[in-house]
Amino acid sequence: MPAPTQIRLDQLRRRKGADVFGQVFLLLLLTSVIVAFAMVGSVIWDVLVEAWDLISHDIWNFVSSASSSEASKAGVAQGIRGTLMIAGIVILTFPIGIGSAIYLEEYADDTRASRLIQVTVRNLAGVPSIVYGLLGLAVFAKSLGGLTGGSSVIAAGLTLAVLVLPVVVITAAEAIRAVPSSLRDGAYGLGATQWEVVKTQVVPAALPSILTGTVLAIARALGEAAPLLVIGAVGFYTTGNNDFVEQLQGAFTALPMNIANFARLPADTWRGHAAAASLVLLALVFMINLVAIIARSRISKRLGR
Amino acid sequence: MTGPNIRSLASSSEPLDDTADVVFEVEGLNVLYGDHRAVGDVDITIREREITAFIGPSGCGKSTVLRCFNRMNDLIDIARVEGSVKYHGIDLYDPQVDPVAVRRRIGMVFQKPNPFPKSIFDNVAYGPRVGGQRSGLDEVVERSLRSAGLWEEVKDRLDTSALGMSGGQQQRLCIARAIAVNPDVLLMDEPCSALDPIATGRIEELMKEIQNEYTIVIVTHNMQQAARVSDRTAFFTAEVDAHSGQRRGKLVEFNETGTIFSNPDDERTEAYVTGRFG
Repeated sequence: MPAPTQIRLDQLRRRKGADVFGQVFLLLLLTSVIVAFAMVGSVIWDVLVEAWDLISHDIWNFVSSASSSEASKAGVAQGIRGTLMIAGIVILTFPIGIGSAIYLEEYADDTRASRLIQVTVRNLAGVPSIVYGLLGLAVFAKSLGGLTGGSSVIAAGLTLAVLVLPVVVITAAEAIRAVPSSLRDGAYGLGATQWEVVKTQVVPAALPSILTGTVLAIARALGEAAPLLVIGAVGFYTTGNNDFVEQLQGAFTALPMNIANFARLPADTWRGHAAAASLVLLALVFMINLVAIIARSRISKRLGR
Repeated sequence: MTGPNIRSLASSSEPLDDTADVVFEVEGLNVLYGDHRAVGDVDITIREREITAFIGPSGCGKSTVLRCFNRMNDLIDIARVEGSVKYHGIDLYDPQVDPVAVRRRIGMVFQKPNPFPKSIFDNVAYGPRVGGQRSGLDEVVERSLRSAGLWEEVKDRLDTSALGMSGGQQQRLCIARAIAVNPDVLLMDEPCSALDPIATGRIEELMKEIQNEYTIVIVTHNMQQAARVSDRTAFFTAEVDAHSGQRRGKLVEFNETGTIFSNPDDERTEAYVTGRFG
């Protein structure tokens, strides 16, 4: 009969320095987190400080009046309107991106052609925005000028929609791919058609992640200044763009344009305008984010997760 | 060690009715994944209101064969089925046959409980709803949950998420969900492999209870389970093909469960059920 196993505390004792690499790694991770937050935080802090004078005095005037040659009267109302209209147009094109993703993931066979399309979409997501600006100028502002009215908010909205379309397709496709196949099997096993499986299982289950992707896309679209510059956005316009069609087809501006313009003006009198306009843009993006987060949590709750 | 146990479990007291209506008549069934022949030359007959068990080691193709019975293999792009699977005399792979219609008559319960992320009610009502039924859903849901022995446990929380149930309850919900579309066959692909022994026992009782209404085919890794619940048992194994060097599943022996476990014809079956192999 073997002797009973004897264990001394020494054999199990915590040793000093046994996990040095683990500790160093953890420290590096924490440093990364701190640096990342510090960088983002300092940018926002800087903008806040810069803009504080202006927004604390007369924020309402700033967001409600058009730009002006007089610093004290200048505001970003036209920019806000342009940015919101662009957001609307971009959102209207999301179904195209989500539809493409559904087709690629659920319907298309895994052929060389469909793989080529997927790779192309991925590459398109990496194309610099100024290139899309040139495309927008050529296609939406010039070739389709009769429809869009030339350098208009429609042309800009469509250009930015094309810019973020690959991102929408990729994130939606990834969301759809993440839907467990057991849900599809379960539904097919009960005699559901492919359309019913997509409608009642795949899309509802993927929707929260799709929403996240589209919000990132919107945020990117609204922050772009380069394509707007190429298409021909103005700093501010004076013609009376009163009815809706005129607003869509006429001269336009957007918040990134306002920011760029303010930043070029002499800083002694135009102090804080660019920063304040940046804050307005940030606030808009945050609000869109908030709406998406609320929508996401509602959907998730309905799905019981 | 398991041999004697299993032999005493398998009840061969009641003789089986060999004239019972044939539900599935399978002849020369081969399933190919791309160039790989996963299952070769299966002939088997499934009779009405019997429980037929498919047993065998992993990779022997028993689940693959099961999935031919309701054309779930159609969902795998590269899968190809050769041979004939007749369901009440009709070739399931006839071009005129709609797999959606097939699956409404031949339900399936999967290895891992897969309730939809919906309420308990909506899970059970899912099949009838996609079938176009709009009224009388309350009765269908209650009847199905009762059949699955789940009604008393969940009747007060039908509108809560099915994902909050225990694993055993979820699997019984999946059975209720399959029953709700009024199929005449239930295919069960290792329905208890993710469940504890108590939940497994409940599913087995349930199978016995609903046996007089449904024809059941169950794939199981658990030989005791096959011995306890099934009337007939098919033993599959995998063999390495001499030409291609690939593993191919084949049906070794198909007989009354009592015979398979006590007096099999094939020595490979004998080795497997007595625990000397697999």
